[in-house]
Parts: sequence; structure tokens; C-alpha cells
Amino acid sequence: MPYRSGVTEDGLARRLKALACTAPLHDLEARKVNLAGEYTVYAMAELGLTAIDLVTVTMDFDTGADHEEVVARLRPRVAAQAPERSPAEHERVARWVLENLINVGSVDRGFRAVYGTYTPADGYVRRDYDFKLLEEVPGPDGDIFLRATDEAVNVLVGALDTDVTSAQIAAEVKLEHLIRRGRLAEARFAAEQARYRTVQYAETLRRALEATRRNVRAVDWLHAVPDLIDEALDHVAERYRHENAILTNIRRARDEAEEPEHKRGAAELVDIVQDCIRRHTQLQTRLMEAGPLFRAEQDRQAFAARPQRPGLDLYGQLLRPVLELPVGDARTVTDRFFATGTGLRTPVSVRLHDLAELLLTPPAEREHLGAEVPEPDLVATPDDSRYSEAQHDAAAALLDLPPDAPRRLSGLLAEARASDPDLPYLVALLAFHAASPPVGTALRQGDRSLLVAVDDGAVLDDPEVGGADLIVGTALLAAEPAADPGDMADDPAPAPLDTVLDTPLHDASFDLTDGQPNA
Amino acid sequence: MTDLHSTTDRPIPGPADADQAGRPGTAAPMTPADVSDAARLVAFGLQPKLLPARDQEYAELVRRHREDPRFAALCDAVAAGLGLVVLEVSPRAGMAVTAAEDSVFAVRMSDYARRASTESADRFLHGLAHLAIAALAFPRPEDLAEDTYVGRLSVHGVDAFVRQACRRLEQRAEEAGSNADPAVDQPGLEAAWRVYARRSATGATKDARRLSASTIGIVGKAVAFLVDSGFLQRVSDESGGTYRTTARYQLQVRDMAGSAAMSELLELGIVPVSDGSPTLVPPTDGEPELAPGAGLPFHGV
Repeated sequence: MPYRSGVTEDGLARRLKALACTAPLHDLEARKVNLAGEYTVYAMAELGLTAIDLVTVTMDFDTGADHEEVVARLRPRVAAQAPERSPAEHERVARWVLENLINVGSVDRGFRAVYGTYTPADGYVRRDYDFKLLEEVPGPDGDIFLRATDEAVNVLVGALDTDVTSAQIAAEVKLEHLIRRGRLAEARFAAEQARYRTVQYAETLRRALEATRRNVRAVDWLHAVPDLIDEALDHVAERYRHENAILTNIRRARDEAEEPEHKRGAAELVDIVQDCIRRHTQLQTRLMEAGPLFRAEQDRQAFAARPQRPGLDLYGQLLRPVLELPVGDARTVTDRFFATGTGLRTPVSVRLHDLAELLLTPPAEREHLGAEVPEPDLVATPDDSRYSEAQHDAAAALLDLPPDAPRRLSGLLAEARASDPDLPYLVALLAFHAASPPVGTALRQGDRSLLVAVDDGAVLDDPEVGGADLIVGTALLAAEPAADPGDMADDPAPAPLDTVLDTPLHDASFDLTDGQPNA
Repeated sequence: MTDLHSTTDRPIPGPADADQAGRPGTAAPMTPADVSDAARLVAFGLQPKLLPARDQEYAELVRRHREDPRFAALCDAVAAGLGLVVLEVSPRAGMAVTAAEDSVFAVRMSDYARRASTESADRFLHGLAHLAIAALAFPRPEDLAEDTYVGRLSVHGVDAFVRQACRRLEQRAEEAGSNADPAVDQPGLEAAWRVYARRSATGATKDARRLSASTIGIVGKAVAFLVDSGFLQRVSDESGGTYRTTARYQLQVRDMAGSAAMSELLELGIVPVSDGSPTLVPPTDGEPELAPGAGLPFHGV
């Protein structure tokens, strides 16, 4: 009697595959004892999951996660597991985990598991299941990025072989309940799950759009993609409403929470939900662009001229049939194409004379630093400043007033005019600027004094400049920014200027239009 | 050879040659100098990157080949003796010759890629890369038929394109409900697309070079090889290197490789039926040059 398990073979195979996806993580744990050095202190499976997490969260529409960035962000986690070890070791461990998740050692850079299927017709067959967790993909400018595969996302989320949409709804309902009951740790988990789902939608859409750009017919724009877009739009609309509600709820939880741990948890959740909202917005933008993109590509591709005379259709008649063949048969076709399609090479015959020279030539040194950076050809920009360096110095010298001796603008202008006819205007401008002094900046920079000007109502009597005859002086700034910057000028303890500053600085107004030169 | 050439007292091609072409009955017998010239033309043909437009002597010999049937026959005989197949002799392609299959000029897979001689999967991938490059260079049947067509392709484009095709086949397999995972002890029965899909597209290496076993590495190698064969010309560094095709490549694919691979496929019992309409339209990959019309400048009649 043939073997009968009583389970559906499909479901069993699915679960076997799902189980296989976790194997690389267990493998990390198992293999850490074989490493040269004492690495058992690290929880490798945890680091592996964290790495997959980091890649999943970082990857968006156009690119994946940067290799180095993932290592850098993984390192704190490694360090937390063994704080007494050296940072170099932490980095080594982080790299080891990442490289093992990519499986750098194998030629496919992937994993293979063997599982069995049983059918009455074929009997028991052992099969290979190939999968990847992190894959390396080329960026637009040749960089290499990491993307988490669907398998990895499924392992990570723990919802193996479930429908994206239903899992999404379940996560939402769960989240609402959790927040109502104030169970933030679990709420956070659910929110993160929701985010992975959004990433999955985005990834599916990205692939469909990329394929459309290449070949409109390769993608089912009649049903599959419009359905996906509708579904995703509904999802975005739904999520957006939910998340805003959630955000309000958690913000309140954050502000009302007494316990610091609770408060921190809520604050983190706010961050996550905000990130979710950002991702939804991004997804929505892409969804809106999808339709026009399809129509443009359709115009461009489908309405191209019909062929005038038939020729060999390399894709339809060769490449696609070859890809469908078993690899053993396909190889005879590709071998033949290779033999006849690569052209010719003139055989090289070696002369002993050349050979000796060739062998004695030192190897060309590889450029580690790349090509030399060309010296930039700099063009001197014309000096269009109105005042010369010397004039600026003269004005600064004139306005370098001792803190205990403020002066009237009129006097300063007269003195300036005596030395240089152009100078008064510059002095006036500086004085006007000082009427609204950048106190905050000066404080941040740690300046000890600041030029200030106040209007006490006196009218300036000057041939060139009109407006208020400001009182210009130097205010000393307290070293400690005790109060907020606005109060500083009112309370300059070491500044004798407060004798004149009876009005608060921000009230010191003067008419800017009057401040313009009469000319 | 050059000595013989310099001692010839006839200008090449002389006005007498043109006259003789019209009246073969009265033609003077071929001299060693003619054989030398014929061999010289074949020698030019063996330098695939050299074009008649760039070399006066080459251009003259090509003209003589076209105008003097006896000289043409001589050239073809010299080429055949060397184990070469003449595809076309024209000002645009020069003396387009390619290696016959057992010729000393033929490229062998074992010389091409070290791993390919031992790993059957690698051997397949290297061959497939060449096929995919050709398919992307001439995406529609008329592109291959039209002499003036210049194809454009990029390394990343080729990889993305094949991956897309693989994904379609994967979806089809899923829809059909068949289990595409190969049996453990019969690797040769694994579907070809799976071998490609499984191989990683790219990978980080210690010295920041392309990972040679990745699919982009394999396509990149094929493209570089075709550049050396005078089949592709580098246009820019975009998308892992962007290239355009030469007339020679079109001839090679149309007259040699395409039909040879097709006959192999037919022997396997696969008869792909085509109604002449394209199954594929040009890729974009941000290349506005391939917009309809612009890619096919003379598709009128």
C-alpha cells in the first residue's frame, strides 16, 4: 500500500520550504563555534534577523540598502551583546553575519535545501529548493545594493505563506486592539509588520513598472496590475486613516505615560508610524504615476511600425524557447550560438624573444586610488562687492566701541565722512543691521560682545542718510546662556549699556525706508 | 607579401580590371600579385575593428572585390582555404569573415571561460549571455533584417531583461501548478530559466571588480569579448556600460549564429512558430534613442 500522509502535498511542500528559509539562521548559530576565536558569546541568529530587518526597512523603491550602512547599523547590536570585546571584532562579526546571509561562498550566492514530494504518479521525488535571503542588486550608477527577498520578508514577518492583504488587515485590527489596551510592545510589533507589508506592495509594484518600461506585454495590464494598483490604493487610503488615528492615540499614550520605559516605547512607536506614513505617501505617488507610465510606454512600444519583412525573431523564436528547455538541452543550443556568434580570434603564436621580455616585465601596479583627480580649472570671479576690504576694516574700527561708551549714529557718520566719502553709507548699513542684532547666533558662537543699536526717537540729521539717529554701542554677552536669547539683551549684567536700553530690543523699531540713502 | 605587392606593375585596381570584369573571356590570367592582394584583403578582414573607411588600401581592395568577380572568387578561395566564411564584402562592413567551426580562428568555450569547461551551469550561462545580447541588440525581426539598423544595449539592461523573462516563466510555471524545483539527482532536467534566476545578479568583491560568476559579470565578459570581435562599440559607462552594434555583428547573428542555433533547436523538436510580428519591443532603460522611428530610421518600404 502506498504511503499516505493525509495532508495535501502542496501545503506540505510550502511549509517545508518555509522551514528551509530559516535554516541559514540556525546555521549561523551552529557554525559560530567553528570560527577562529571565541564567538559563542554572540547570538548569531538574532544578529541575522536584525540584519534582514535593517535591509528590509532601508530598501525603498529605487535602491536597496547599502552594504556598509547595514554593517554600520548592525554594529551597535553586536556591541551590545559583548561590550567588552573590541570594536574591530564587532565589525568582523557584523560582516560575517551579513556575508553568510548573502552566502558569499557559493557561486549562486544563495541557499539550497532538499525536500521531498510524493505523488502517486511519480512516487517520492527529492527536489532542490533554491532561495536567497539577501540579494545583491546593481544600483543605477553601478553600486551594489542589498535587497531582502520575498522569502526573507516572509521568514522575518513570521507569516509564512500568507496572503499579503489578509495579513495586513489582521495586523491592523490587532494594532487597534493593542493600543486600546495600552500594550505598546505588541503594538509596535504589529506596526512593524504593517510596514513590511507596505514595503512588499512597493516592491511588487516597482518590479511591474520596471518590466513595463522594458516590454509592455510582459506585464498583465488588463487585470493583474490594475487590480494591484486598486488594492494598493485602497490599502494606502485605509492605512493613512488608521495610522493618523494611531498616531494621535500613541502620542497621547506617550505624553500621558508615567513609566519611562512605557514612554520610550510609545515614542519609538511614533517614529515607526511616522515612517509608515512616509512610505505610504511614497507608494501612493508611485501608484498615481503608474497609469500614465503605462500609457506612455504603450504608445511608444505597441504602436511601433509593423515589420515589413519577416526575419528571425531572436527573442520569441530563440531566447524564450531556450529558457523553457531543460538546461541540458538548452546548453546544446547556447553552445552552438556561442560557437557561431562570437566571431573569430587570430591565434597568437609566441616568439621566444617576446616571451622572455614578457616574463621579465614587472607586473603593472594596480591603481588603488583610481585615476588622478584633474586639477580644476578655476576662473576668478569678478569682485563685485561695493566696498573694499580696507573700507570694511575702517568701518569695523569705527564701530569697535568700548562697552561703556555708546555713540550716536550722526557722530559716527560725520567721522566716517571725514576719512572716506563712501564710508558713511557702509557705517549706516552696519548700524541699521545692529538694530536687530543676531543675538542667538552670537550666543551659539560663544561671542563675548555684540554691536547693538537702539532708537530713542531722535531724528537723524544727515545730508546722505535719513531716519532715526540710533544709539550704537557694544553689548557684552553673559557667558552662560541663562535665559532665552530674547531676554539676553535686556539683562546684560556686565553691560553698562542697559542704562540707555530702557526699551526692549525688539521694540526698537525704525523706518527702513527712511533708512535708505536720500540719493 | 608586401614585397610581392610592391613589385606588381599594375595599379590596384586598374582601369583594365574593370574592363576585364565585363569581358571575362578575354581576361588575363591571375598573377601571384593578384593572389597577394586577395590574401591582403582577407588579412584586413581578420582585423575586425578595422573599417574600409579608415584605411585607403582596404577601401581600394573592397572596391576591387565588388567590381572584379574573378578577384572576388580568388578572395573567397583564399578565405575558404584558411577556414573562414565570408559573410559580406562591403564598404560598411569591410571584408566580414568569420571562423568556420573547425577553423584555427574559431573561439572555443574552454578558452573563453575557465569555469565553463568544468561547470555545465556556467557553460550554459556564458552561451545564454551571448544569445541574450543578440536578442536585445536586435529586439524585433525587422531589426535583424534591416541593414541600417544600429542596436543599443547595456550590460545591466541585458541582465534585467533576461531576469524579467525568467520571472515570466516562473509565474507561468506557478500558474500551471507544476513543481519547477528540479529533482536532486537530475540537474540536467532543471529548467534553464531557473539556472539563470538562481545565479546572483551581482556581488561585492574585495577589489571592487565585477563578480565574474554573477550574471552581470558573465554578461559584462560577453560584451567585452564582442567589443574585441569588432561587434560592439562602447558608447558610455551608463548602466554597467552601454554599447551599440556594428554591421558585422548583425551579419554574424543573422547569417551564422541565428540560423545555426535555430537548426539546433529544431533538432530538439522545438518548432517556435512566428507570424513575423515581434514578440518583443525595444527596451527603454532610459534610452530615448530607441523611441519608435528613431531606432529604425529606414523602415519605410
